[in-house]
Amino acid sequence: MKFFVAVALTALLSFASALFFPWWIIGVAAFLVALVIPQKALAAFLAAFVALFILWVVQSLLIDSKNDHLLSSKVAALLPLGGSYVALVLVSGFIGGLVAGMSALTASFLPSRRTSTTLK
Amino acid sequence: MRIVAFVISGVLTIVLIWFLNTPLQVGKSKTPCLGAFVSPQHGFWQNAEPVDEDFNGTLKLPGMSGKVDVYLDERLVPHIYAENENDAYYVQGYLHAKFRLWQMEFQTHAAAGRLSEIMGETSGGSNFLKIDKFFRRLGMVYAAEQSLKKLEGDPVTKNEADAYTAGVNAYISALKPNRIPVEYKLLNYKPEKWTNLKTQLFLKYMSFDLTGRDYDFEMTNAKNIFSAAEIEMLYPTTQDSLQPIVPKGTIFQQPSVVTNRPAEADSVYFHSTDTARAALIIKPHKNNGSNNWVVAGSKTKSGAPILCNDPHLGLNLPSLWYEMQISTPTFNAYGVSFPGAPSIIIGFNDSCAWGVTNAERDVKDYYQITFRDTSYQEYLFDGKWLKTTFRDETIRIKGGPDVTEHIPMTVFGPVMFDKSYPDPSEDGKSYALRWKAHDASNELLTFNRLNHARNYVDYIRAIATFQTPGQNFIFASKRGDIAIRQQGQFPAKWRRQGDFLMPGTDSSFMWKGFIPSRENPTLFNPARGYISSANQLATDETYPYYLGGRPEIFRGITISRNLNAMSGITVEDMQRLQTDNYNVFAEMARPALLRYLDQAKLTPDELNYLRKFKAWNLRSDPNQEGPTIFKVWWDNLSQAVFSDEFARTTLPLRWPDESTLLEGLLRDSAYKFADNINTPIVETIPDLVLTAFKSAYKELRVANNERRLAWGKFKDTGVRHLLKLPAFSRLHLPIGGGANIINATSGDHGPSWRMIVQLTKETEAYGVYPGGQSGNAGSKYYDTFVDTWADGKYYRLLFLTAGEAAGNDKMKWKLTFTKA
Repeated sequence: MKFFVAVALTALLSFASALFFPWWIIGVAAFLVALVIPQKALAAFLAAFVALFILWVVQSLLIDSKNDHLLSSKVAALLPLGGSYVALVLVSGFIGGLVAGMSALTASFLPSRRTSTTLK
Repeated sequence: MRIVAFVISGVLTIVLIWFLNTPLQVGKSKTPCLGAFVSPQHGFWQNAEPVDEDFNGTLKLPGMSGKVDVYLDERLVPHIYAENENDAYYVQGYLHAKFRLWQMEFQTHAAAGRLSEIMGETSGGSNFLKIDKFFRRLGMVYAAEQSLKKLEGDPVTKNEADAYTAGVNAYISALKPNRIPVEYKLLNYKPEKWTNLKTQLFLKYMSFDLTGRDYDFEMTNAKNIFSAAEIEMLYPTTQDSLQPIVPKGTIFQQPSVVTNRPAEADSVYFHSTDTARAALIIKPHKNNGSNNWVVAGSKTKSGAPILCNDPHLGLNLPSLWYEMQISTPTFNAYGVSFPGAPSIIIGFNDSCAWGVTNAERDVKDYYQITFRDTSYQEYLFDGKWLKTTFRDETIRIKGGPDVTEHIPMTVFGPVMFDKSYPDPSEDGKSYALRWKAHDASNELLTFNRLNHARNYVDYIRAIATFQTPGQNFIFASKRGDIAIRQQGQFPAKWRRQGDFLMPGTDSSFMWKGFIPSRENPTLFNPARGYISSANQLATDETYPYYLGGRPEIFRGITISRNLNAMSGITVEDMQRLQTDNYNVFAEMARPALLRYLDQAKLTPDELNYLRKFKAWNLRSDPNQEGPTIFKVWWDNLSQAVFSDEFARTTLPLRWPDESTLLEGLLRDSAYKFADNINTPIVETIPDLVLTAFKSAYKELRVANNERRLAWGKFKDTGVRHLLKLPAFSRLHLPIGGGANIINATSGDHGPSWRMIVQLTKETEAYGVYPGGQSGNAGSKYYDTFVDTWADGKYYRLLFLTAGEAAGNDKMKWKLTFTKA
């Protein structure tokens, strides 16, 4: 349960803060959520990774389907990912997930966990 | 233990974010900042426009005075209906920025020598610092500054440019960082504010593109190895088969400007030898040129004139052109505009239509300067030492220290080449550049007036002040008038003045005045009922001034021949002619080649190729193999004829034109340059035609094995993104044509806008360009017209009043602009 709350909260906070801040705000968001919802290292990493992977993949897919893959195919040829928009979507999700996961992992190691009781 | 894990994990996270937030060197280029680039809320995904994008909107903007309605039709062409002119130009600027911002800025950065700022010193194998230095030394910024004063000194163009700039900036100011064009994200920089200077820089870039190609260094080098008579043979100033714009036999009035060749020209100019070094000169594409023609009502089925124009320029995405209609209470014009400048450039209005082709006149000359010493403080002129002024041009470089070009300025103009540029180890000679584009001129005024023109008198008044780049302005009106004038402010030159580098120690070789506009070659309602121009010489040699430049002949011959023979002409006839692939050059060359070729000396397989060539219908269609055989054979012949003589120097030379060799062959089988000077025997044209065919055969067999013997495959036309990114380009298009053909489509170059306007009571106009209205590679409208263009098809242009537009079902969206 805690895991899914962390996933949902990370995705939500990342989405909202990215409206106003540069892309790396997702790291901050994942870090904060991991502070607020303390989990074991692996769980913290996975929750944030899954959150951002899903957030970025879903957003890319929505944009991409409305765009008929016009730009993703071109960018996937450029990067180079052999022109595969599927690969590009997965790479996007992986990068977002990795940054968030690492940030959450870092937070999970934080010795002081004074906020940990607040959400229980 | 946890603290160690925390620190390690924290450091890794920060390194990861840094890594994803920094452009990385991969091969010769840099990556975008990957994290930002793939973020769906920040990166390229934000540029992926929904294919059913809703372009409707209401905008309240500062700087407007009234209301403007813009209807966007199904091809995303905007139709602007404004209550006053300033608002119209404001909205034109806004729309240019909305659909073409990156390109506008990139092109003006190139013109201003600022590419290193965004690309770094080198990237993808290009040395951008070298390119920037070239444009700085050429005086592009100087030229734009000079002309900006003139633009802003005229209230008409001042208001127009100010409104346009304000419109561009209104868009930029409201642009969210995540919505900037994808190229900014790829190269990791941000748009800056637009200025009137940038508009001038763009116009000067067009001047460079259309008058920047000169051969003064190459021609000077040629004097070292060729006699004056040989130079006349290799680089003639006219051609036997020329069909000038103004027909042969026309009587010209006495010149009002007298051109006197300096007495010492023979000794210090024509017969002097000089080794001009191999200067770094970026030359505009050699095929830059165009077709335009107009037929009078007497030759058309409708009884109304039809005007046609297709400017041949580099084929790029986003396109150089942006199509639009601008309608105000004072004028109503439709056509193509330059993203970066106000007005319609080529198009039509309620009363008339106009188009342009390049005049190909030489308005760019060099003078050798004698400096007193290497400080360049003083130079010799008319027996005195004059003080040099200096212009410092600082080039900023991404990831490196600034570089400053310290350019001496003389009475002729900027010193383009000296011991510091392009190569410090060279011989230290200095050459000042006299280029017409450096003069203060106001070309925007011409387009403003053309947009307003109602008749022939308005048209002449509009173009009379146009200075550079000289154009053949063609015209037709609903009253039935047709006309052309080769207009520019052209220096009155004596024969061959400026073909070679000139002495700069006194005033005797300077330009001594300009030809008045009324003495420029002009045709008005000729009895034959048509007028055409295709970059050939404007007149024969009875015209009292020297035309110079780089004349073409073949397209002009084809067009005149067709128009002469045609009657009852329809729009469809004109579409067929404008996309015609007939090769008149091959028609003239084939009999000569076949006459000289000793077929008995060919192998059976070589004869197969020869049979294909003989059977060819002379059309350079994409599926034909004849054009490939002809091209390869001819190029080999040209090499065989000239390369031995040209190998006598390592200095750059100018290769003779195709028409020069052809006319040499047609005149005389004992062509002077046929003999290979490196062999004891005397070769003749038949010998060379045979060896050229045999070497061509080897190339053709390779092409055949690679399945690119068909002309369309062999020439391989593509429309390339300005950054040469293949993924953003449209490559390998199935299209015929080529150099010397009306459909002048070569590998990366060709008809950049095809327009046909029939001036019936209700204007009937057609057009197409190889691009799309949106500059966004993530838009459905990025390359919409490319296939239509390659197919030789056209779009009917919607030229409607505001009332008609509101009810027209092809108008898909509406944007309303009001003042904030």
